[in-house]
Amino acid sequence: MNAFFASPNVDAALLASAIVAALTAAIGYFVVLRGLSFAGHAVTDIGLTGGAGAMLAGINPLVGLIAFSVGAATAVGALGDRARERDVATGLVLALALGLGALFLHLQTTFANAQSTLLFGSVFDIAPTLLRIVAAIATVALVALALMYRPLLFSSVAPEAARSAGVPSRTIGFAFLIVMAVAVAETAQIVGVLIATALLIGPAATAMSLVREPLRGIALAMVLGILEMWLAIALSFTSFDWSHGTQSWPVSFFVAVIALAAYVGARAYAGARRV
Amino acid sequence: MSDPVAAVSFANVDFDRGDRHVLTRITFAIAPGEFVGIIGGNGAGKSTLLRLTIGLLQPTRGDVRVFGSAPHGARGSIGYVPQRIELDPDLPLRARDFVSLGVDGATFGFPLPNAKRRTLVDEALHDVGATPFAEKPVGRLSGGEQQRLAIAQAIVGRPKLLLLDEPLANLDLSVAAEIVETTARIARERGITVMLVAHDVNPLVGHMDRVLYLADGRAAIGTVDAVINEDTLSRLYDRPVDVLRVRGRIIVVAG
Amino acid sequence: MPNLLDGLSHSWLQNAFCGAAIVAVLAAVVGYFVVMRGASFATHALSQIGFAGAAGAVLLGIEPLIGLIAFSLAGALGLGALATRTRSSDVPTALVLVCALGTGALFLALANSFGSDAMSFLFGTIVGVDRAQVAITFVAALCALAILAGIARPLLFATVAPDAARAAGVRVGALDLAFLAIIGLAAAITVPIVGALLVFALTIGPAAAAARISARPSIAVALAVLFGLVAVALGVALAYETDWPVGFFIAAIAMLEYLGAGAYARARQ
Repeated sequence: MNAFFASPNVDAALLASAIVAALTAAIGYFVVLRGLSFAGHAVTDIGLTGGAGAMLAGINPLVGLIAFSVGAATAVGALGDRARERDVATGLVLALALGLGALFLHLQTTFANAQSTLLFGSVFDIAPTLLRIVAAIATVALVALALMYRPLLFSSVAPEAARSAGVPSRTIGFAFLIVMAVAVAETAQIVGVLIATALLIGPAATAMSLVREPLRGIALAMVLGILEMWLAIALSFTSFDWSHGTQSWPVSFFVAVIALAAYVGARAYAGARRV
Repeated sequence: MSDPVAAVSFANVDFDRGDRHVLTRITFAIAPGEFVGIIGGNGAGKSTLLRLTIGLLQPTRGDVRVFGSAPHGARGSIGYVPQRIELDPDLPLRARDFVSLGVDGATFGFPLPNAKRRTLVDEALHDVGATPFAEKPVGRLSGGEQQRLAIAQAIVGRPKLLLLDEPLANLDLSVAAEIVETTARIARERGITVMLVAHDVNPLVGHMDRVLYLADGRAAIGTVDAVINEDTLSRLYDRPVDVLRVRGRIIVVAG
Repeated sequence: MPNLLDGLSHSWLQNAFCGAAIVAVLAAVVGYFVVMRGASFATHALSQIGFAGAAGAVLLGIEPLIGLIAFSLAGALGLGALATRTRSSDVPTALVLVCALGTGALFLALANSFGSDAMSFLFGTIVGVDRAQVAITFVAALCALAILAGIARPLLFATVAPDAARAAGVRVGALDLAFLAIIGLAAAITVPIVGALLVFALTIGPAAAAARISARPSIAVALAVLFGLVAVALGVALAYETDWPVGFFIAAIAMLEYLGAGAYARARQ
C-alpha cells in the first residue's frame, strides 16, 4: 500500500471516489425517502453478479454491472407496490443472482483478487481514462436526477396528491430506479458493491435526520458522502502503520463503520434536540 | 340493596399529554349490558378514553374501574377492536385462524388442536355472520368482512366488555349499519357491555342505550335526547351549537 | 463424474446431508414467520452479521460456528434496538448489514485467509462439515424450534393484530426482539452449509412458496418444511455431482419452488 501515495493515480483515485460518493449520496436521498433501501441493496448486489458474469465471458465488468443492475431495477419496478410480496420477490431474485454470482466466481479460473475487488472494492487502482468515464456517467445521472427532481419529490412524499396533479408516478419511479441502477453500478466498479450500498443509504439517511429541507438535505448528503469516503481512505492508508507495515485494513470496512456511526450519531443528536 | 357493580366507571378522570388536557374531569358509570356510543370529533379524546379503559394508558388524575377492579386486572374480560385493521393482502392466514387468536393468542405454549377452541371460534364466526368466508385468506376480504372478523376475534374469548374504536370509519353506509346491528345483537345475546366509538351518532341511534358525548376533553352522558340538544352541547363546547333533526337524522352544527 | 450412491458411503457427505436437513427444517419454520412479518431484510442482514462473526472466529482461531452464533445474537439485539417499529427499519438494517460485511472483510483480511474462507462463508460448502458441527447444529435447531413453538401464538397475534394483542396483554416489543434472536440463531447455523449470502433463499423461498399454496398455518408450515428438505437434498446432491457451490443450487431450487407455487396458486383461482 506504499504504492498508494507513490502512485501517480492518487489524484485520480481521490477524485473518482469523491465523484461516485457524491452521486450515490444524492440518489440515495430518494432511495431512503421512498423506502427502497432493500431494493437498492439488492440492485447493487445483483450488479455484482453481472460483473462476475462479464468477467467470466471476458468482457468489461462495467458492462455486466450496468446491465444486471438496470435489469434488476426494472424487475423491482415491475414488481409494483405490494410491500410484502415485493420484499420476498426482491430477496429471492437477489438470492438467485448471488447464487449465480457464486457459480460465476467458482468457474472463473483467474483469480481471487478480481472477485474480491467487485465485492469489497479497491479504490486504489484507477486509470485516468476510467476517471473520464466515471465523470461522464456521473454528470448524466445527476442531470437526469435534477430534471426529475420536482415530480419525483412530489410523488415520493404525497403519492396520491401527485397522481391527481398529473404526475406520471409509475414512469418517474421507473426512471429513477434506472438512474439509481446506473449510478450504483458505476460506483461498485470503482469501490465495490459494499461501499456502494453504504454510500447509497448512509449519508442520505444521516442528512435527513439533521436537515428537514430536501435541497439542503441532498447537498448535505453529498458532502457527507465525500467526507465519509475520504476519511475511510485516509484511515485505510494509515492502518498500514498500525499493523507495522504488513496489512492495511480494507476501505470498505471503514466506509461501512463510518456510515453507520454517522447515522446513529445524527439520529441521537436529532432525538436529543427534539426533547 | 347494594349498588350493582358498574361495568365501567370513570371518577373525575383527567388525562394530560404534555401540556395538552386531553380529558378533563370525566365522570360516568356504565351498567353491565349497556350499549354506549362514544361520539366526538377528531382529537376529542375518544381513543384515549378507550385506552384508559383497557389500561394501556394511566389517568393523570382520577380513577378508572372495570367491573370493580383496576383495568389491568380485568384484562381477560375485555374484548378490544382496534382502530385500524391493516391486513396485508398476501397474509397467509385464514379468517378462522385470525379469529382464533382472540381465544388464546396471548398464551405461550405449544399450540395443539383443541375442540373447545374450535367450537368457540365457530360460534363467534356464526354470530358475526362470517361463516361463509371462514376458510378464506383474511387479506383478500372486504373492509366490512375484515371488520366482522375483528369483532369476532374480540368476542370469541367470551369477554364481558367489548370496546370498538371507530369500527365504522371507511365503511359505506349500509355496511356500517349492518356492523352496528350485528354488534348490538351479539351484545344482547351474550350479555356483553359495549362501548363503541364513532364520529357520527346516526348509525347508532336506535341501538345504543346511552350516548357519551366528548367535546374538548369534556363529557356528557345520557340518552340521545338528553345529551344531543342545544343546551347540553352548547355548554359542553362552550359555544353556541345548533342541533338539527332532518328526516330522523341528527346534525350538530357549531354556531 | 462422481457417483452419488458411492459418495454416500463417505461420512463427510452424510454429514453434509444431515446438517443441511436440520437447517432446512428450522429455516422453513422460521421462514413462515419471517414471511408473515415482512422481516426479509432483517433475515438477510442477520446472516451477513453472522458472516462477520465467522470471520472473527477464523481470526481468533476458534470454531467459526461459535463466532457465527455469538455475532448473530448480538446482531439481533442491535437490530432490535435500532430498528424500532415506529420508523422505517430499512435504513439501520441496511447500514448494519454493510457494516457486518465490512467487518467480515476486515477480519478475513487480517487473518490472511481471504479467498477461500470468504467463498465458503459467503456461498456455502458441503465439504468440511464434521460430526461435531452436525451435533451442535442439531441442538441449536432443537432449542430454536422449542422456543419458537412456545411463542408461536403470541407472536402470530402480535404480528397480525398488534393493538388487539397489546390490549390482551401480549408484550409485543419483547416478542419482536425474541424473534429477531431466533432468526439470528437459525441464520447462524445455516451459514456454514448454505453460505451467508444465501441463507435468505432457504429461509424465505420454501416458506413463501408454501404461503402461496395454503393459508392454513399447520399446512403452510408442513409444506415449507417439505420444500426446504427437497431444496437441500437436491442441492447437496447436485453440488456433489458437479462440484459447483451448493448455495447456487439451493437458491435456484428455492426460486423454482416459489415460482412454481405462484403458478399453481394462479391456476387454481
